[in-house]
Amino acid sequence: MNIELDFPAVLERWPNFLGGAILTLELAFLATVSGALLGTLAAVGRGAHSRLITRICKVYVEAIRNTPLLVQIFLVYFGLASIGLKLSAFTVAVVALTINVGAYTAEIMRAGFEAIPRGQIEAAEGLALSRFQIYWHIILLPAVEKVYPALTSQFVLLMLASSVCSQISAEELTAVANYVQSDTYRAFETYIIVAVLYILLSLVMRAGFWGLGLVLFPRRRRLGTAL
Amino acid sequence: MQQTASSTPIVSLRDVQKSFGSLKVLDGVSFTVERGEVLAIIGRSGSGKSTALRCIDRFEKVDGGEITVCGRRVDLPDVDLRALRQDVGIVFQSYNLFPHLTIEQNITLAPCSVKRMDLSEAKALAHKVLAQVGLEEKIHAYPEQLSGGQQQRAAIARSLAMQPKVMLFDEVTSALDPELTGEVLKVIEQLAADGMTMVMVTHEMGFARSIADRIVFMHRGKVHETGPASILTAPTTPELVQFVGTGNLKS
Repeated sequence: MNIELDFPAVLERWPNFLGGAILTLELAFLATVSGALLGTLAAVGRGAHSRLITRICKVYVEAIRNTPLLVQIFLVYFGLASIGLKLSAFTVAVVALTINVGAYTAEIMRAGFEAIPRGQIEAAEGLALSRFQIYWHIILLPAVEKVYPALTSQFVLLMLASSVCSQISAEELTAVANYVQSDTYRAFETYIIVAVLYILLSLVMRAGFWGLGLVLFPRRRRLGTAL
Repeated sequence: MQQTASSTPIVSLRDVQKSFGSLKVLDGVSFTVERGEVLAIIGRSGSGKSTALRCIDRFEKVDGGEITVCGRRVDLPDVDLRALRQDVGIVFQSYNLFPHLTIEQNITLAPCSVKRMDLSEAKALAHKVLAQVGLEEKIHAYPEQLSGGQQQRAAIARSLAMQPKVMLFDEVTSALDPELTGEVLKVIEQLAADGMTMVMVTHEMGFARSIADRIVFMHRGKVHETGPASILTAPTTPELVQFVGTGNLKS
């Protein structure tokens, strides 16, 4: 067996790889921010008084968790097109990834909400805080703190899963890889480089979450407890 | 208590009924608390004393009877809970400080978000109430950096910052060792001396005897005996005799 690797031929295309990596990171960032918001709202909705809201949130979460991401992306892509909305592949990718990661975030956040001791909420109620104030000041941050490692993994996973957006020709990293390898006929080298780039992107994201954790949880920083 | 306005009780329970499933916890409980009075509710575990206390702040909904707190009918479904809880402070056995906030933030949160107080004003208030409980130097600490006794004193300060008209204490020293219990009781004693109206559920018989104006002894969901603190030394019902006789009367 003789493996011949020709990296220089592929590395010549580094501007394409760089562009793809940046686009992947942008996709992941936007979908993380909006997915975190959507997921938190859905988790709050699961605990709502209204049965209708509870049911809508549950159906949303279950529908997303039990269908493949690629199918969801196609549904958004062709669905929006069929109602006459012409959006770029990038926008469609952000929307689809948001809907997808929102459902998983909702489940993680729900676990976080349930881990808040009842006494905390009673103490807040005893101080006359409103329902919204209790969620905002007492429940939200400690809940996020409790599930922060799980959230981090979920959002890194989202970044990796964004590779299927190449199917609707969003110009992210995997899409770039597909056309570089068809140009250079160096498929193995191309995907080795792409894999390394994904690892780097994951590290960038984890570092970002670590830094965000320092800002969000000052008590951890002060007391030196690790997440 | 010379004026008619102050002669209406600040808290009154009349024939209050409460069941958890088939278990009747409160079976016709009635008592009143006057302005400036310290009322201690004592009794065995399961006698309904904590439930009675929690009904005052509507942490439990009653099945029957009337509860009036600061002129508000708490038993009615349309009671303004947030207004009620601005008038009533409650301190729990498990402190329930907010772990992600410093002691100062724990105290300023409610005045700022409920009463719309300026942050600087609220911070000054935090200093004041922390001085009252002797914890000024812990103002920037997090709850987990404090001992149990200090956490409970901080929880009392947090309640005081809302300037309640009546304070409820639900077995606030039950999780503390005797030494830490002492420092918390001292704070409560000072509050009593300052004229705060208080209702406390307690197992500290010596303490109840020394600061309570009146004692309510609960037994099987009923007020079994009530009277001045002297009923602890001269109980008239066999149940109270037995209760204070079982080593509960320590000073």
